[in-house]
Amino acid sequence: MATEVMETTSTRNYLNNGHTVKSWLLTLDHKRIGLLYLFSISIFFAIGGVYASLIRLELITPEGDLMTAETYNKVFTMHGVMMIFFFLIPSIPAVMGNFLLPIMLGAKDVAFPKLNLLSWYIFILGGSLMLITMINGGIDTGWTFYPPYSSIYSNTQVTLAGVSIFITGFSSILTGLNFMVTIHTMRAPGLTWFRLPLFVWAHYATSLIQILGTPVVAITVLALALERTFQIGIFDPKLGGDPVLFQHMFWFYSHPAVYIMILPSMGVISELIANMTRKRIFGYHFVAFSSLAIAVFGFLVWGHHMFTSSQSMYAGMVFSLITYAVAIPSAIKIFNWTATIYKGSVSYDTPMIYALAFIGLFTVGGMTGLFLAALGLDVHLHDTYFVVAHFHYVMVGGAIIGYLGGIHFWWPKMTGRMYPEVWGRISAAIIFLGFNLTFFPQFVVGYLGMPRRYHAYAPEFQVLHILSSAGASILAVGFIMPVFYFAWSVKFGKKAGNNPWMASGLEWQTSSPPPTENFTYQPVVTHEPYEFEHVEEIKNAGKLENKTA
Amino acid sequence: MAEHTAEHHIVPLKVYFAVFGALMVFTAITVFVAQFDLEHYWGPLNIIVAMTVATIKATLVVLYFMHVRYSSRLTQVIVVSGLFWLAILLVFTLMDYLSEPAGQPSWASNRKTIFLPG
Ligand SMILES: [Cu+2]
Repeated sequence: MATEVMETTSTRNYLNNGHTVKSWLLTLDHKRIGLLYLFSISIFFAIGGVYASLIRLELITPEGDLMTAETYNKVFTMHGVMMIFFFLIPSIPAVMGNFLLPIMLGAKDVAFPKLNLLSWYIFILGGSLMLITMINGGIDTGWTFYPPYSSIYSNTQVTLAGVSIFITGFSSILTGLNFMVTIHTMRAPGLTWFRLPLFVWAHYATSLIQILGTPVVAITVLALALERTFQIGIFDPKLGGDPVLFQHMFWFYSHPAVYIMILPSMGVISELIANMTRKRIFGYHFVAFSSLAIAVFGFLVWGHHMFTSSQSMYAGMVFSLITYAVAIPSAIKIFNWTATIYKGSVSYDTPMIYALAFIGLFTVGGMTGLFLAALGLDVHLHDTYFVVAHFHYVMVGGAIIGYLGGIHFWWPKMTGRMYPEVWGRISAAIIFLGFNLTFFPQFVVGYLGMPRRYHAYAPEFQVLHILSSAGASILAVGFIMPVFYFAWSVKFGKKAGNNPWMASGLEWQTSSPPPTENFTYQPVVTHEPYEFEHVEEIKNAGKLENKTA
Repeated sequence: MAEHTAEHHIVPLKVYFAVFGALMVFTAITVFVAQFDLEHYWGPLNIIVAMTVATIKATLVVLYFMHVRYSSRLTQVIVVSGLFWLAILLVFTLMDYLSEPAGQPSWASNRKTIFLPG
């Protein structure tokens, strides 16, 4: 029975089930929606990348010679807005989460497929408004939109950008809602909570933040737009408002938003490490619960962005203390992953190279976060390039590295074809080198006193800035390479088969690419995740599934 | 999964009318109280009365009109956690406002009066 399944599904799958544009734009299939997201966020990533290049070009010389200060303000703002709201937030949940979550649960689709498609359309609506904003000259407030500059003084399209962020937020809320209900109600028979892959746990924690945090930032930017349009005093002291209130409300979401970006990446890394070392994740329960701990405690630390903003000293001390505490669950993950690798049978394929890079780079990013959480040291480091380097180590070295590792790992499942392994390793190495060359000098130049958001600087910083710009060009090459070899592999890549990595997990038991309904049978789960003896059994017996007992 | 069992609970019309009546009574109270400036008795009294009335009304709507009272435990947990997270936002923000500011920026006096009338 099992072998027949293999043959029929290899010809009929979610990709060849309809070839018209309409069959894509009106699809309710979570896998196709995942690919729609992949396509759209790649475009936003490219736009954000162009802005990044402009920043690095300007900073090659100490004089502000490439663009005016005003243009530079717009460039770094649009870089931040594009990368954060339109790439990093949706990246792993909306692409890999959409594609994989139902398959990992043994379900046919997410709980609300129409809502899922709606979330993509909302994303596209919000993204289009931001593109219109961009064409109209962009905004110059920084991605943080601090008033009173943003609400009174900026002459750019802040209202339109605010409406765009407001709308896009709902796409994130709908994705989170969908995932949460799906995980609660659509697990396959036998798939208990502690048999869930850690990818699912990470997405559960992420959904929690998306649902509980996003409404606050939506209402905050809306209030900002209202103040700007109708002169209602909310944040502007001249109108009786309070700018620090904006910072509280903004960071209530925007600190946890960092975890929206990094938690799914941690979920990916857990999968990569377990499958690439062929070992059950050391301390599975701790890694699972540390995701939830990060989601909850991540809401109690936002004041660490406000140590120099006249926030009371008492509040600063509390926020600083909890910020130190929130490092613990992240450290638990790092230690458990390292313990998993120990004595594992490690293969150094591209996904594992990304996983190892993640462990190193995220640790640097996380530890430098503790520097910034220290009340005294932060006065020196606040708004310098040290902060810029810190969050790029977390967001690029963590979130994007995890995203790329995951895309390589599940590419054979998504397309049925292998990417070229050699090129995968080369581009991973180029990204690692380029990344460190770009951002490590920024720690140094920031510590020496280079402020962020300036287009001109003191000449003694030039060497470090040139190193950084040189690194950025290497990084760009590393990011562009996968676009080409992935595109090439869709047609010419080696056929992947159902389970090219001999990985555990339900997604590897269906065909590659999976059929529209994911499984041609009802999967039943009888064992813990990451038990590789079962995978060997399937291989030896030449069977597709081992657990339909 | 037990989530779907509670969905079709039928609430007698009587209950809806009773809740509607209660909401109307509280609206009347709001209108009545609005004639007096309670600040004379105690600074924050106006806002305390207004917020108490609003909270009771919102609770009635959520419990009966939105069926949360008859929903599964899981739904109730979700509703309560929403309120809990709102409380985090308010409490931690007030932690800043109610303790002495580090310096005294120009808007610091504003910051006090918005939240602590009187
Ligand atoms: Cu933060």
